[in-house]
Amino acid sequence: MTKIKTQYNRRSFLKISAAAGGGMLIGFSWFTGCTSDKKIKEQIAIPNEWYDINGFIKIGDTGLVTIYSPNPEIGQNVRTSMPMIVAEELDVDWAHVVVEQAPLNAAIYQNQYAGGSQSIRRGWDALRMAGATGKRMLLEAAAKEWQVSVSDLSVSKGIIKDENSDRTIGYGQIASKAVGLEIPEEVELKAVKDFNIISSSKKNVDGKKIVTGKPLFGLDFQREGMKLAMIQHPPAFGMTLKDFNESEIKSMPGIVDAFPIDITVPDPKWCDEKGFLQLVAIVGDSTWQLMKAKKALKVNWEVSSKLESSEYHNQALENALNSGKVKQGRKDGNPEAAFKKAAKVIERTYSCPFIAHNTLEPMNFFAHVKQNEVELIGPTQTPKALEDSVSKLLNVPVENITVDMTRMGGGFGRRLYVNFGVEAAAISKKMNAPIKLIYTREDDMTQGTYRPAYRSRYKAGLDENNNLIAFSVRGAGLPESPVFPNRFPAGAVDNYLAEEIGVDTNITTGAWRAPRSNFTAAAEQSFLDEVAELAGKDPIDFRLELFEQAIKNPVGEKNDYEAERYAGVLKLVKEKSKWGESQPGVYRGVAAYFCHNTYVAEVFDMVMENNEPKIKKVWCAVDCGIVINRDAAINMMQGSVIDGAGHAMYSQLTFNDGATEQMNFDTYQLMRHAQAPEEIEVFFVENEIAPTGLGEPGLPPAIAALANALYKATGTRYYSQPFVQPQPVIG
Amino acid sequence: MPVFNLNINDQSYAVDVDGDTPMLWVLRDHLELLGTKFGCGIGMCGACTVHFDGSAVRSCLLRVSAVGDSKITTIEGLSEEGDHPVQQAWLEHDVPQCGYCQAGQIMSAASLLKENPNPSDEDIDLAMNGNICRCGTYVRIKQAIKTASKL
Repeated sequence: MTKIKTQYNRRSFLKISAAAGGGMLIGFSWFTGCTSDKKIKEQIAIPNEWYDINGFIKIGDTGLVTIYSPNPEIGQNVRTSMPMIVAEELDVDWAHVVVEQAPLNAAIYQNQYAGGSQSIRRGWDALRMAGATGKRMLLEAAAKEWQVSVSDLSVSKGIIKDENSDRTIGYGQIASKAVGLEIPEEVELKAVKDFNIISSSKKNVDGKKIVTGKPLFGLDFQREGMKLAMIQHPPAFGMTLKDFNESEIKSMPGIVDAFPIDITVPDPKWCDEKGFLQLVAIVGDSTWQLMKAKKALKVNWEVSSKLESSEYHNQALENALNSGKVKQGRKDGNPEAAFKKAAKVIERTYSCPFIAHNTLEPMNFFAHVKQNEVELIGPTQTPKALEDSVSKLLNVPVENITVDMTRMGGGFGRRLYVNFGVEAAAISKKMNAPIKLIYTREDDMTQGTYRPAYRSRYKAGLDENNNLIAFSVRGAGLPESPVFPNRFPAGAVDNYLAEEIGVDTNITTGAWRAPRSNFTAAAEQSFLDEVAELAGKDPIDFRLELFEQAIKNPVGEKNDYEAERYAGVLKLVKEKSKWGESQPGVYRGVAAYFCHNTYVAEVFDMVMENNEPKIKKVWCAVDCGIVINRDAAINMMQGSVIDGAGHAMYSQLTFNDGATEQMNFDTYQLMRHAQAPEEIEVFFVENEIAPTGLGEPGLPPAIAALANALYKATGTRYYSQPFVQPQPVIG
Repeated sequence: MPVFNLNINDQSYAVDVDGDTPMLWVLRDHLELLGTKFGCGIGMCGACTVHFDGSAVRSCLLRVSAVGDSKITTIEGLSEEGDHPVQQAWLEHDVPQCGYCQAGQIMSAASLLKENPNPSDEDIDLAMNGNICRCGTYVRIKQAIKTASKL
């Protein structure tokens, strides 16, 4: 056991413990309906009294334990995995745990956001501390009750035992006495070998509610007296609202009001809207009547900046790559001289288009703006950022704003941005009533906040012995460069150059699952495949050689990866996929990538079916440190593979006169059942390193492993995404 | 507005809406049957799948005036206790990630298995191709359908 100081928010634990004297009953709000309810009926009675132990944990008098999950749930399954960590250290029976979503509360919880695959990594210490602190307080209460010392007591699955007398008492029976006890200065954490909840497989706590269609999502939220609202944003980037047929719309059946809104906040941050700041808002009684009113809108838009097209974008990126106006990200050795003396030089250019997040649940939010008080409820990855923006827009102090998070029908980065929540607040303010804003799919897909379009040029030089002696990358993007100057193969090549170029655009962009990595991994790992081929080396052995160099003799000091762990996942995927053994008609590609603190290597097997390439099977090897919820982690990797491969194969947004040419799933293609791999096997490197996240790292290498397998299957290298030009789809 | 008498999940409902209102919005806005999800509104994603006299249809394209005496089944009415073989199999394979599309996936799968109790991989691909899962749970969905076919 490790003893650690309780450094996380001791003061707020105390505040909560002191305030939470009385019991609380389940069953008074929409949100308690969202409490996970697995097995309550069979296992344990619903308590009459609840005792708040430390803001993370509430124990009922029957022994039922509620654990608050602090972070937003977007499908990454933290609503199960974060409470698992608390339950492990609290030492309770997982079958006796129910989970509630915590509201935004910066005084108790840290890092309440879902982004960058950071929930588990940044939550790990605080969650363990919360569980261990709770356990310690319950032990102290029992020790006091029995007049013994805490060291005489042991706990197993929520039952405290006095080792000297064999007396036992359940957490539920002693919880009332633990309330208000002083938070211990120091607590003991379990040794990794003693974990029995962490690293096992626990089912999604909302599983039963999901498969029976219970209301859980933002779009499902209902409030008595609530009106519905829709917006119309400009049809193209570069256009702004002038006026619209307000009186005609207002007179339509079921329409309560229609008006322009402005969501410009003072001192905007990264999460605030930059494109469509003035919008038409329509408020009504039913979604269908609002949709009909939207169709009847006649809006005069003004052109306020350039109406860009895809042709313009492609040319702008190509011009940027050809220009010398670059920012040098890193330089090792003398790349110019090394390329000159190289026996073989290869140069390739890779590109990807803008793509939309397309969470299957379109953007929506509930807002109730009262005199000097704001209630916000809905799907957000960044509740704090939303609170701040609404505070600035409405000039209401943050103390008077509450944010509750619903389960989200996907995030992928889109819900890091707050425009829809701010719009809901602006509409509610104008209406002086509770409203729920709903986007149509078209609103959602044409709104912006897209994955930027990128274009990168890679160059490698080999000496006469086929050793990689020079490597350069020059990457341009609309609006940001995709290059990570200090990532692999930096550190493994003596002469290295990374250059970055940002290109202006008025298309609004944002973080899209594994930002920049989702393109750079694809380009870099496809390129290395081609370099290995030029060198006459096996693609895995070629990469391992480079890692060997980075381990033994690293170039430079600032290399953003641990070469041994990187090589570790490649070796594991090599072993598990039986790399090197060939099967007739099966074509293989490999890639490895490190981003968001997790290492992943993947092998794709392709076959040709009716002259079309089809992904047969995928192997993934992952090093994310300690795995929290094994089967859910496997699920996340499987989804990442499909997400990465699907978008690279089929998805793109093209532009004409500032407007996207795709607005819904009839023209914007996502991977479907028949195109998905038949099997995806996932293996973890087993170690005791503190856990890192899995929401993003599985996606980037999938694109390159796919491209490399496609090359083997078709003989063609794929440089531009999407690899397959979209076909008409049948829904 | 006209009143429509509907048979949903073996219960009678009377709703007073425009005849062109899609069943999706009748269910969600007027009957508070919120399990049926809105994804695209043009029949391209399958999130709103319900059963129309036992067959899977997209409720975003089904006008209330076209329903007549036909029976509509939603995810809430698929089974009384939430234990339809497809629902059981979904839990066994812990299919959902975000979970938003899963009601539609389950309704399509239940309809497939009713018509074809032992579907091949190709049968599954064909029947399920109209249901998008943005999280990419396709591998598990296929496994769960195969498990459900044996329950």
